[in-house]
Amino acid sequence: MDEIVVESPGQGDNIPPTEQMLGLEPTESARSMFRRGLEVFLENRLAVVAFGVLVFYVLMCFFGPLLYHGNTSHVQMDEITLPPGPSHPLGTDQNGVDELGKLMKAGQISLEIGIASGVLASVIGMLYGAIAGYVGGWVDSIMMRTIDALLSIPLIFALIYLASTLGRTKTVFIMVIALTSWFSLTRLTRGDTLTIKVRDYVAACRMMGGRSPRIIFRHILPNTIGTTIVNTSLSIANSVFALSVLSYIGLGLQAPNDDWGGMFANGSSYLDQNYWWMIYPPGVSIVLIIISCNFIGDALRDAFETRLQKR
Amino acid sequence: MALLEVENLHTQIKLKKSTVQAVDGISFTVEAGETIGIVGESGSGKTMTAMSIMRLLPNGGSSPEGSIFLDGRDLLQLDDEQMAKVRGNDVGMIFQDPMTSLNPTMTIGKQIAESVRIHRGAGKQEGLDRAVEVLSLVGMPSPQQRARDYPHQLSGGMRQRAMIAMALANEPKLLIADEPTTALDVTVQKQILELIDGLRERLGMAVILVTHDLGVIAGRADRVNVMYAGRIVENTTTEMLYANPRHPYTEALFDSLPERGADSGTRLYSIPGMPPDLTKPPAACRFAARCRYAQDDCRAQDPPYRVDEVGHEFACFHPVGAALRSGEEVEVTLSEVTSTEELPTPELGEVLLEVTDLVKDYPITKGFLRRQIGSVSAVAGVSFSIRKGETVGLVGESGCGKTTVAKLIVGLEDTTAGAMSLEGADLAALKSGERRKKSRDVQLMFQDSYAAMDPRMRVRTVVREPLDIQKVGDKESREARIKELFEQVGLPASALERYPHEFSGGQRQRVGFARALAPAPKLIVADEPVSALDVSIQSQVLNLMKDLQAEHGLSYLFISHDLSVVRYVSDRIGVMYLGKLVEIGPAEAVYSKPIHHYTRGLLDTIPVADPEVEKAKASSGIVGELPSAINPPSGCRFRTRCPAAQDICAQTEPPLVPYGTDGHLAACHFPIWE
Repeated sequence: MDEIVVESPGQGDNIPPTEQMLGLEPTESARSMFRRGLEVFLENRLAVVAFGVLVFYVLMCFFGPLLYHGNTSHVQMDEITLPPGPSHPLGTDQNGVDELGKLMKAGQISLEIGIASGVLASVIGMLYGAIAGYVGGWVDSIMMRTIDALLSIPLIFALIYLASTLGRTKTVFIMVIALTSWFSLTRLTRGDTLTIKVRDYVAACRMMGGRSPRIIFRHILPNTIGTTIVNTSLSIANSVFALSVLSYIGLGLQAPNDDWGGMFANGSSYLDQNYWWMIYPPGVSIVLIIISCNFIGDALRDAFETRLQKR
Repeated sequence: MALLEVENLHTQIKLKKSTVQAVDGISFTVEAGETIGIVGESGSGKTMTAMSIMRLLPNGGSSPEGSIFLDGRDLLQLDDEQMAKVRGNDVGMIFQDPMTSLNPTMTIGKQIAESVRIHRGAGKQEGLDRAVEVLSLVGMPSPQQRARDYPHQLSGGMRQRAMIAMALANEPKLLIADEPTTALDVTVQKQILELIDGLRERLGMAVILVTHDLGVIAGRADRVNVMYAGRIVENTTTEMLYANPRHPYTEALFDSLPERGADSGTRLYSIPGMPPDLTKPPAACRFAARCRYAQDDCRAQDPPYRVDEVGHEFACFHPVGAALRSGEEVEVTLSEVTSTEELPTPELGEVLLEVTDLVKDYPITKGFLRRQIGSVSAVAGVSFSIRKGETVGLVGESGCGKTTVAKLIVGLEDTTAGAMSLEGADLAALKSGERRKKSRDVQLMFQDSYAAMDPRMRVRTVVREPLDIQKVGDKESREARIKELFEQVGLPASALERYPHEFSGGQRQRVGFARALAPAPKLIVADEPVSALDVSIQSQVLNLMKDLQAEHGLSYLFISHDLSVVRYVSDRIGVMYLGKLVEIGPAEAVYSKPIHHYTRGLLDTIPVADPEVEKAKASSGIVGELPSAINPPSGCRFRTRCPAAQDICAQTEPPLVPYGTDGHLAACHFPIWE
């Protein structure tokens, strides 16, 4: 048998090991959860394209008017219903108003109301659901039965009623759409909360003496954020759509403050004259925004799934 | 010719960006009628070996390379349809968790009959008859009725019996049991292992027993293959392996066992570092990086298999031990003396925690109005005390109420009755604000650290949280404290920026320990802190807990189902059964001279990593299963399973009375006491 010389491995219990010894790759230490989520998001090509579309629309609607000055305010009888051409890239409408300029202005309203009410609905829904789920018992029962009752009112009926009684300003539309679209997120957040509140890390926090607000805001809500963000992106799409529907049936903002839905409604009354440039631009815009939001939502769902982040 | 011949088997699992060499060139044979043990830590490839034989690989698993001859037929050459005929017919398999392996929407009888009908073309009634027949074979009481039950209606042990019945329905030549008892209690584990053993003899089949538990394998296997990082590193008869391990890894595993440390009163050996990453395995000996005896050649080339004079196979350049124990011993000087170091003996101070007649009932409610229709008696009048610097161990089967005791002490549950006083202050009487402040002094260490840490928080925030909640010091002092804690538990400060999922099990348990230590508690309640860990990692955590106890004068309430771990760490041991404390006393006294029949039975039931002891065990240990805590038995709660039970046991509850003078108490009418 060979003579055995034992070397000192130098790895006693009390010497803190280096990261390599622990099998942790050093390059990864600085990467935050956000960075890793972003990587997963970027792997989804469709979502990246959708995000590009969204950015394109935001830039076009909010910064486009600084570069492109189309007539959007007064009637020009000598320029009515012109097809797309060099002076009017998207043509003009029945009043001689430039379609591209109008698309930008209407887009501002659609996007503002859509995003504002989508986010507002998410905040309400998330908090309501988390509180109902966390408190539980009869409080939960009352809160959730209230939601059931509200959900039994047909959405379009509620929208029409509220829009026609409260007046037709931007703020009212934001509030009305938000107040009719937070229920689904509430149910999802409550479900998440019910599973999270029995987890050991919540027990650990309670054991250390942590109070309910800390548990809800530091532990439960951050762990439902995936659901919330996905739902927000879908909720924005729904809000854009809801506003379009209201405008289409003539209950939107007053002209000339049309949104895309209003433009589309206006264009569709000239359908038999074949003025396609009055219908397609707002119609396609609505569809693109809704589809983009849905794709982004899907990719965010993956990005927030911690288990998918590594490997 | 052997029944099963596995030759140079390679199995790869493809991940998103890399490929894991899960099984990397292993060969072994199984003779008809013998039991082969495959033992290894998690990630060693033992389950993948079993799955490769069945050709049931997870997603991304490529078809295994090499050859697997079953009765002269290469299973790897069969097409899917032929292989389907082999599964469940020639080879049966039992999985770890019987609940997830059974279909919850089908009765047990139908599920067993299904496999008979597929493989034997039996009719409906014929299949059911066979199901009842095999159910009685596996010792299922009243098999006619049980065959009509759904899986959820059966207890864990009964479900595993049903699984075995299913695997045996077609009388396979080979039974693969993958961790068959890991999800079960020790008392049930023994019954199941005995059942498998008995069936093997009766049906003349071969068994491959895959497990991480050196105790389980000691009494059951004829030969043992030790796996490490996708390779078999040692292969020999069970007796020879336990008496004279040749591979340093096997030796290190044995040295990590808590029973070895408890016997000699020394520190446990812990294998440093982590197993290699199998996506890029080293081209040298895979254990070299963690080996006590590693030389330059170990790090340069792969050691081939060697066979010594007595037919002991191993893959090592510098084997430990000698071919024949009687032959001349090779002198080996260890640079690391940790394994022979004396354990620090903590100094015991005054009483820290006093628990008196603790009771916890969970109400069972029914209907819309939540009317109470009964209650689960989880803890029924438990009293004990813990002194400063002392470790009290609490053992018992699952459902005995030990975790509930932990939750009551740390304040996660409210007591139904009874008193708890910490340094004289009655915890139950405190107002909630003061109770919160007091919670600094008692911290809980969870079994599953991963579940106990918010996955969205960096471990820095996780460890700092108790300090933030208790408003200890200012921001800088908290940061300094966290760094200090990380140093104490042996983690680099740079790891503070990581998220919990980036750590391995043992490292996470260290983080959990650091968090429990953060508010400088006086008592740490550790609920199964090492049961989810591998033996070598387990010893690291146990050593660390002992070191820091001596350093800070901590007291522990150490809860575990594993008596050998409890014996190693504890000064005193309490044994719980169905909500009652049936015996408590000094660790050695309880272990070597138990008074209560339940303790005796537990000791007989727990598998010991020593084939001699295991095979010599005559008593069958504890029989039957834990009764329901909704209607606990009258009088002594253990009487339904007790070998010494008499009429008086059903009428009067035995009080906890002292035996001897060393504070050894037990509650039994007919104690084992000379």
